[in-house]
Amino acid sequence: MGAAAGAVTVLTSRKSVASAIMPPFQSAPTPPPPPEPSICTTFVGSPATRPFLQQLPIPTALQPTNLNPAPTLSANIAGGEAPRADHQRWNEFLPQKQYAIHTKPATVSFHPDLPTSYVWGFNGQVQGPTILEKYGEPVVVRFYNDLNANHTGPGVPEITVHMHNGHTASESDGFAGDYFGTGLFKDNHYANIYAGYDNSPQTLGDPNEAQYTYWYHDHRAMATAPNTYKGLAGMYWLFDSRDSGNENDTNPQALRLPSGYGVHDIPLEFSDKSFCPDGTLFMNPDGNVPEGDKWCINGAIQPFMRVNRRKYRFRFLNTGPSRTWTHALSDSSMPLTVISTDGNLLEHPVQVSSILHSVAERYDVIIDFSQRNIGDHIYLLNIDDDGHPQFVGEPSPTPLPPGVTIEQVTMRFDVVGDETDNSQVPSTLTTYPNISNIPIANTMTWDFIRKNNQPQGLNFQINGKTFDPNRSDHQVKKGTAEIWTIRNIASQSNWTHPVHIHFEEFRVLTRNGAPPTNPLETGRKDVIRMPPGNQVQLFLQFRDFTGRYLIHCHNMDHEDIFMMVRWDIVP
Amino acid sequence: MDRRQFFTNFVKNAGCSVSASLGPDFYTNAVFRTHENKEVRFYDDLIKGKHVVINFMYTRCEGSCPLTTANLVQAQKVLKNRIGRDIFIYSISLKPEEDDPVTLKKYAESYRTKPGWLFLTGRREDVDTLRFRLMTEHHPAIDLNIEQHTGMIRVINDANNRWFCSPSQASVETIVQAIRWAEPSKSLAERIRENAIIQAKIDKMQHQMLPTWLSSLNES
Repeated sequence: MGAAAGAVTVLTSRKSVASAIMPPFQSAPTPPPPPEPSICTTFVGSPATRPFLQQLPIPTALQPTNLNPAPTLSANIAGGEAPRADHQRWNEFLPQKQYAIHTKPATVSFHPDLPTSYVWGFNGQVQGPTILEKYGEPVVVRFYNDLNANHTGPGVPEITVHMHNGHTASESDGFAGDYFGTGLFKDNHYANIYAGYDNSPQTLGDPNEAQYTYWYHDHRAMATAPNTYKGLAGMYWLFDSRDSGNENDTNPQALRLPSGYGVHDIPLEFSDKSFCPDGTLFMNPDGNVPEGDKWCINGAIQPFMRVNRRKYRFRFLNTGPSRTWTHALSDSSMPLTVISTDGNLLEHPVQVSSILHSVAERYDVIIDFSQRNIGDHIYLLNIDDDGHPQFVGEPSPTPLPPGVTIEQVTMRFDVVGDETDNSQVPSTLTTYPNISNIPIANTMTWDFIRKNNQPQGLNFQINGKTFDPNRSDHQVKKGTAEIWTIRNIASQSNWTHPVHIHFEEFRVLTRNGAPPTNPLETGRKDVIRMPPGNQVQLFLQFRDFTGRYLIHCHNMDHEDIFMMVRWDIVP
Repeated sequence: MDRRQFFTNFVKNAGCSVSASLGPDFYTNAVFRTHENKEVRFYDDLIKGKHVVINFMYTRCEGSCPLTTANLVQAQKVLKNRIGRDIFIYSISLKPEEDDPVTLKKYAESYRTKPGWLFLTGRREDVDTLRFRLMTEHHPAIDLNIEQHTGMIRVINDANNRWFCSPSQASVETIVQAIRWAEPSKSLAERIRENAIIQAKIDKMQHQMLPTWLSSLNES
């Protein structure tokens, strides 16, 4: 067990920490936090807002820093780090870069027609800064909790940050029980290795195992919905020599997809929110978040984006907490070319007219504006018509195509000019490793049950159980493969659950007994949509790390009522 | 009627408030009778400034109520002398017509509940209002069904307006944790001291699977 050797404090033993109270570590001086928000007990509907008043904001690209005290193998308790097990494989994947993210309250504007809103943001930003990193370059991200310890109302000022769906050791995975309070920090170690690294360490793993588009969010047990809704979500993208983020790349291996963060490679982080007249984000007193009536992308309501006549890569993310989106373009002659599902490249691009988008899923989509005319407006729509609260807004200043209503519009693309386009969308993007010869060590069935009109009442269960972080419901041997069956048995449940499994993305072997027919389920994924009556078989591997992981419904309101259980990877 | 209208209909038009507490406008000051036949006003006497645990039940319930009550008895044991001192438990009858104070007293005695745990009966309309406001799932089919309100334990600390809940059939440890979550934050120095104790226990367990509700490691 290594001593916690920080730059400031060197400990001889942990015992000395327990017996001697050290002065709390010094945090950097910060401006006074915004006042606590008002509490809104009445909600009828958000104030109306005018569409397309603001340009699509692009979350800041996070810059590395030098952490002080320096990150350590063992938790630096005296320095203010939250308790954790030692980092696995720390010396093997020694961080080459360090990042700092301060989780703190802030006031931000979601729309010029609304008063500013009290939020919680990573670095005070909604959405949080984007981390852009490379495979083969391990990093450490220090998450500080600078929230108000005496916060009142919905949301809990304790955090545990999950980088979804990083190939991450358990102690850095944001396990729901590992939350920590104000004034503390925690170092998450992201090795940035391909899953299955240990199968071919000489080549630093298999690039066909790559996953590129991730996001990070708070995962605090029973408070994930309010904390994330208040803003605690951001993106994390990885690149490698294949998806190199350079459309002019001369490397023959490079895919040369549309590139440039915020230029031609655009994050689209969707959330639906509701606003009280004073700008306060509406939540129920218990932190349950009803579906919102304002469409926000990257923290702006119904923005517009100027595009040139060329291809763009958009990385769609649904940050939740619970709404399912159905994305479509107003011009049906323009396909949505999906290249990646949940950050995993599809073997071949798939053209679709709409995308059903559950919470936490990511879809990387190429939209080609080259055939449009300068001056054209193309609208991105949410054509979901599920009777849930719909957008409240003013009429569109630009005429909408026939059949399109302003309530459906999530944003507008304005074609403004010409630009060179050296990007391409190769017809083959990747080749999945052959899994047919991999022995199956075990099988497991997970039943997601939401019983209506049952004496048990309000219980969201997995295999009849709710979350207890001290109970492990399944143990997997490291380095093996298993087939997991996920069931949402209709007689026991009439709600849809987007099921997420931490650690390694899966392949869908069957849905309802047959290979998946939805082309967007033929690739690798880490969230699987489970309507009532559905049953899927998933192939999963558990490589490179051990520890405690989660399977849960990613409808955060369901997850917060503990439709979540722990499973472990054991040596 | 959509979910939002439904919700709004049951929430008094209190507007936005800058105080921490949702106050009597939200909780009501409805008059209830305890199992000891004492008259209490809901907000002023039971909620104001307090850290409380609330469940809905009825004495003849043969579904989840007995399990819930039994779990709360266990939680009461774990929290020992805190119940009645700085944490209070309220069990509100969903069938006030049949649960008079005498019936509730018998029920309390059969579970040997300790002081600090009140069984409450009152007017049906007041029970319904609180049921919707404290337990609401904002869905008519659920909210109108009495059975849907017996499966959850609500935790509220009015001092910081912190709400939690626990499935009533979760482990006692889970229920106790949900109750403790509503406590005010401890000082940073206190938490760092506790973390050192937790870390020492983690260190002893390195290379084993950890019990991971870390604060559970802080109990000697």
